This record gives sequence, structure tokens and C-alpha cells, in this order.
Amino acid sequence: MKIKTLILAAVGGVVGLSGVAVTSPALADGEQFIPMLVYRTGPYAPSGIPVANGFRDYYKLVNARDGGVNGVKLSFEECETEYNTKLGVECYEKLKNKGAHGASLFNPFSTGITYQLIPKAPVDKIPILSMGYGRTAAADGRVFEWVFNFPTTYWSQASGFINYVAQQEGGLDKLKGMKIAHIYHNSAYGKEANPTLEVLAEKYGYDLTLLAVDHPGQEQKATWLQIRRLKPDWIFMSGWGVMNQVAVKEAAGIRYPMDHFVGNWWSGSDADVIPAGKGAIGYKSATFNAAGDGFQVHRDIVKYVYGGDAAEAKKNNLGEVLYNRAIVNAMFTVEAILTAQGKFGNKALGGEQVRWGLENLDLTEARLKELGLEGFTRPVKVSCADHETGGPIIIQQWDGSKWSMVSDWIPTMRDIVRPMIEKAAAAYAKENNITPRDCA
Amino acid sequence: MIYREAGQFKTSYATDQMMFPILQDRIFMILVIAVAYLIPLIANEYWLQAVLIPFLILSLAAIGLNLLTGYAGQLSLGTGGFMAVGGYMTYKITTAFPDLNVLIAVLLAGLLAALVGLVFGIPSLRIKGFYLAVATLAAQFFILWLFNKVGWFVNYSPSGTITAPPRTLLGIMVTGPEATAPVRYLVVLTFLAFFALAAKNLVRGRIGRSWMAIRDMDIAAEIIGIRPFQTKLLAFAISSFYCGVAGGLYVFFYLGSAETEAFDIALSFSVLFMIIIGGLGSILGSILGAAFITMVPIFLTNAPPLIGLSMPIDLQKHIEVMLFGSLIVFFLIVEPRGLARLWQIAKEKFRLWPFPH
Repeated sequence: MKIKTLILAAVGGVVGLSGVAVTSPALADGEQFIPMLVYRTGPYAPSGIPVANGFRDYYKLVNARDGGVNGVKLSFEECETEYNTKLGVECYEKLKNKGAHGASLFNPFSTGITYQLIPKAPVDKIPILSMGYGRTAAADGRVFEWVFNFPTTYWSQASGFINYVAQQEGGLDKLKGMKIAHIYHNSAYGKEANPTLEVLAEKYGYDLTLLAVDHPGQEQKATWLQIRRLKPDWIFMSGWGVMNQVAVKEAAGIRYPMDHFVGNWWSGSDADVIPAGKGAIGYKSATFNAAGDGFQVHRDIVKYVYGGDAAEAKKNNLGEVLYNRAIVNAMFTVEAILTAQGKFGNKALGGEQVRWGLENLDLTEARLKELGLEGFTRPVKVSCADHETGGPIIIQQWDGSKWSMVSDWIPTMRDIVRPMIEKAAAAYAKENNITPRDCA
Repeated sequence: MIYREAGQFKTSYATDQMMFPILQDRIFMILVIAVAYLIPLIANEYWLQAVLIPFLILSLAAIGLNLLTGYAGQLSLGTGGFMAVGGYMTYKITTAFPDLNVLIAVLLAGLLAALVGLVFGIPSLRIKGFYLAVATLAAQFFILWLFNKVGWFVNYSPSGTITAPPRTLLGIMVTGPEATAPVRYLVVLTFLAFFALAAKNLVRGRIGRSWMAIRDMDIAAEIIGIRPFQTKLLAFAISSFYCGVAGGLYVFFYLGSAETEAFDIALSFSVLFMIIIGGLGSILGSILGAAFITMVPIFLTNAPPLIGLSMPIDLQKHIEVMLFGSLIVFFLIVEPRGLARLWQIAKEKFRLWPFPH
């Protein structure tokens, strides 16, 4: 009997599996399909949930408030990746051909997944917008035609951090002999900032210590023991998910002066500081978007997406740092589609057309104001050769209940970073037999 | 009835020693292989790329671990580390010698993995069981640490990521982004078919028998003239070779680019679970186990929308994990000796069918 039931179960399973390949939810022909790689579970969920909610709410808002992009409705589907590259690739394969024209573009929200998708993008003709993450070298649009990482990159950010330290200490010449530590997630993502910090260390003469924290980052006792011994003047951190919470707690535990502890823009969200309680007060992080829910776009989201239910919106992370960053990313996506529509007409577009839109994106201050995002982020103008734009960063600080801006927009060191990017891109091109295109 | 072997006489030693002595088995195997080779005609890219290619590659790794753990009785948690050696060494070899055939690079990387396996197999002479598992765990952590730490292994790429460069085989692109999924599938399938056959023959012969003797009782094996040191080390070397080849394929034919995280401890565990669920000491079991571990979660992810259920994606993921866990428990209770044993029981039932007694 047992065998019979097992065989039946197996047959049922096979029949079910074979059905998977053919079915997909029906999508209306005229809709613009945007795939969403999200991580609402796993060790990175504290960072992933506000991001996923931000994307979803902004797309919903565009559909509800504006009736889509020039009347073309956005359709979107989530796929759970757990921030795991293998699952991310599976999701990519599943979603890339959905919709009448395939996926518009991918926002992987994971440097690891971005690395996997970069070689696939030119083959599948689907652009990737890795907003401020992913492979920094992709900023060279001559080699990486299909990848965009504006408004700014890890390398630019690291140079911005050094600029900020110099501002605080009273000039770049004061950096000499100073001890700076970089605590990073031991992955492609965390290592990104290292080369820039090393080059700048040589140039400005500060002592750089690199401290790796292994995935997922719950165990950091050894790292902080080293910090206690080293007593660095400034700490820069590239963390993500649960690693951030642990690091902030540990720093508070050893009474490190929190205002000299600066996270990168993935290490400064609400979920990162709340678990450390009062100890986290004074912790800083870089960012390129404002915190808080006081902008017109938030009022619109509450009105159109949540039907006026502000409490429900709050429960869905409205106004948190990462939620806001997802809004920026979703806004870039929609504006790129809008730009592409300007050339190809007001209809649902394919990946190639959206790529043109990304490359010709010119987001002005006036347009930001129109979108209810004035002061929320900075204008961006992308070009063929420059997919990054090297935008400035701003430093925010946690006061125990909310993040607030404590600096002006800090310029990045374009003159140092851009040649490094071009060198890395040329190396990539050589290794993969890519002929850089001519952007002149 | 269907599965009747009456009338099939074995008239020579050769027929008596065949891998599949029963005609029906032979026909079935040929059919399975033929279907496997024809699948690219009907399967879409999602199926090939996201389901079948990882399944085949992990089957190869599971066979490798099964040789060591299932046949030679040496518990190992270093699979991910040995696979990483294969992956990173294939990268080093193929970037250093771009004209060398990438398949040869994979095999050479497998040999290097075998060397590493030999080194980490040395403690197996002194320590056994769970203690050995802990010693092999050292391989897992040490190897990944090394690849993370030393820039030479990744050609000093700033992010520590290795990317499979484009390589051709007989004029067809087999690796890199331009290589199509069907081509990569066929290459991987050929690797698996060849090495599964080799493993099957290996375990039927002198070497396999000496492994099993060591596994069942090492003192007795020593008394009948099997040298434990050489036998165990050989098991480590061959097992690591399989894992190394699987690792090379994993990076070059599946992921396309990888960092050490792709080979973390979770991979070692999942390969171990594959052979436990599939059946220790069975080549077929390795493949069945790999199918179970790689395909069931994908099926569970895709099932709810299929039957028209729409639920939040996080809830769906949690349900998937719970169902997957209970399925593992269920299969282990129903048949602790794995899916391969279930298959065997099914075959025996078919032999007697329709007269069960």
C-alpha cells in the first residue's frame, strides 16, 4: 500500500511540476512589466522588507495617482531571493520573459545577484539598474552598456566619506597619521570600497585597517576586540542586514564614540539602530536620499495606496530610510520608462527601449518638485560614457528616534575615482573579450 | 509481469557481471539517458538554467560525497570547500591558459581538488565518525578563507569575484554569457553520465569493495589485507576529484560568476542531505537525493500560484520551508535507507505484480 501511495504522490508531483513550465499569470498586453527581486525572509529580511514595500508602494502609487506612465499601467511581480545569489538567478530566469515585452529592467538590490546578472544583461537585452551598489566598474558605460549604477557608487562614496572626515578634522592634510578602520561584509559587496580607501590612504597618509566580517555577520566579537586594541579615530562600515544591528550594538558595548562611526548607505536604516537602543544615539551613515515621511510623495502614498490609513502605511515602513531609498529607485525606474516613451511612443516598452531611457535620463530639480520629491534626492543626468554620475553623498545621524541630516552634500573625488573605474572596466573588457563602444 | 526476468539466462561471466543484468533495466537506462539528451528540445530556458543544470551538477557532487561517506564510511563536511577548489582552480587555469580547452581545465582543477582532498584526508586514519566530520569542517572554512584572503586566486579582482570567461568547444560557445542554456546543459549532462558510470564501475570493483570493507569494520578489513591508510586516502582523493569537477562546472556552466559565499557551509550540508535522503552507498541514490533537494523547493515555490492560490511572498516562502522540512522527515521515517531503497522495493513489487505472493 505504501508503495502505491508513494507512486501516486510521485506521479502527482511530476504532473504538477510539468505544469509549472507553461503557466504564468495572465498579463494584459498593454502593461509595462517590472520584475521585483525581493527578500522578505532570511537573515537580510530586516533590510529587505522596507525595500520591497517601498518599490511596491511607489509602483502602486503611479498606477493609482497617474493611471500608469502616460496611461501605460505598471504590472509587477515579486520573487523571493533571500538575498541568495542562486535564488536570485532562478528568479531572474523566471521573470525575464514575463509580460508582452519581457522584463523592463532588473533592480536586484543585491551586489551578489548583480554580479551574476551583469554578463547576462547584454545577451537577454534587459538593463540592470543597480542603484548605488553592484559592480562599481559598471559606471563606465562604454564597457557596461546594459548596467547602470547612478546616482553614485561605492568607490565615490568611500571618497566622499574621506572628504567628510577631512571636513570634520579640518582639512585633508589633517588625515596624515590618523587611524581609520573599515569593517566590511566579507563578500563582493563589502570589499567594493577597499581599493578606493587604499588608494586614498596612500595619497593622504592615514592608517587603514580592513576588518572583514563573515556572512551573515552575527558573530563580530573578534572584530570589535581588534577595534578596542586599535582605537581607530574613525570607523567606516559596509554592512547589510543583521550585520549592521550587531555592529552598532557592539560599538555601543565597547563605548566607541558613535559620532565617529559612519556606515555606508546600506548600513544606516532604522532597523540597524533600534535594537541597540540608547547606545546607538550619534551613529552616522552616508545616504543619498532624505529620511522621514514628510514629503509630498508620502502623503500621496498614504492617500492613494493606503486609502488614507496612515497607521497601516507606517506599519509598511513608510518613511524609513530603506523604504525611501526604494522610492528613489522605483522613481528612477519610472522616469527611465517615461524618458524612453518620449522616443518610442506611449506604449509598453521592451528592455532595449528602457535601456535607452536609462541612458538618456535627465532628472531635473523641477521634475523632482513635480513628483513631490523636492529635497528628497539630487538631480541626475546619465550619459553614454558615465552610468554613475558620481553624485555627492550626505551624512545622516541617528538621534534615538529618527535620522536627520547633519552635513551638506559632500562632493566625491571624481578625479581619483573615475580613472580607477576606467581601469577596472578595461580589465573586465579584456577578460571577457568586450570591445568598448564609442561614446563620442 | 512487466518486470519479468524469467528466461534471461546468464551464460558467461561477462553477462553475470553486467552492471544491469536484467534486460528491462538496460532498456530503461537507455531510455532515461536518451530522454535526458532530448530534453533541451522541449524545456525552456528557465527549466534548463534554474532547475536542471544545478540538479545535474549537484548530482555529481553528491556522487562524489557518496563515494566517501556512503561507500568508504568517512563522514565529510568539506564538500563545499572541495567544490570551491574546483571552481577557483578552473578559473585560474583557464585565465592563465586561455587556449586550453575549458573541459580539460575543469578536469585539471578536479585533480588539484583531489590533492587538497588527500591532505585533508590524512586525519581520517586517526579519527572517525563525528570527529572526522569536524576535521573536514576545517577544510571547508580554511579553503574559503584562503580564497577570500589571497588575491592571487581571483586574479586580484577588487571584489573577490571570479567570472567565467567565454570559452568555446568545437567552435560552439560553452561558457560565458553567450553560451546558451541547452549547450551548457548537454555538456554538464555528458559529464554526469560519464562520471556516474565510472563511479558505478568503481564501486563494483576491487576499490569499491575495499571501501565497503573499511566502512563496515575497519579492523576486519585490515586483517584480510586491506591497507586502511591508502584506501581511505584514495576515497578522499577520488571523492574530492568528483567534488572539484562539480565545483568547476558549478561556476562555469551554472553560476557564470561566483564568490566564496556560493560554496559556503550550507552547500556542504545540502550535499550531505542529498546523499542521506537519496541513500547512502548508492549512485542512483545520489542522483535521486539531488533531485529531491534541488527540485522540491522550486516546485513548492511555484505550486501555490499554479493552483490559483495567491498569498504574500514571504508567507509562501515560510510555508515552503516548513513543507520541505516535513517532507524530509516523512521520507526518512518511511524509508531511512533513502529514496534509492524505495526504488528498489518498487522494482521488487513490480517483479511479483500482479501476484504479490
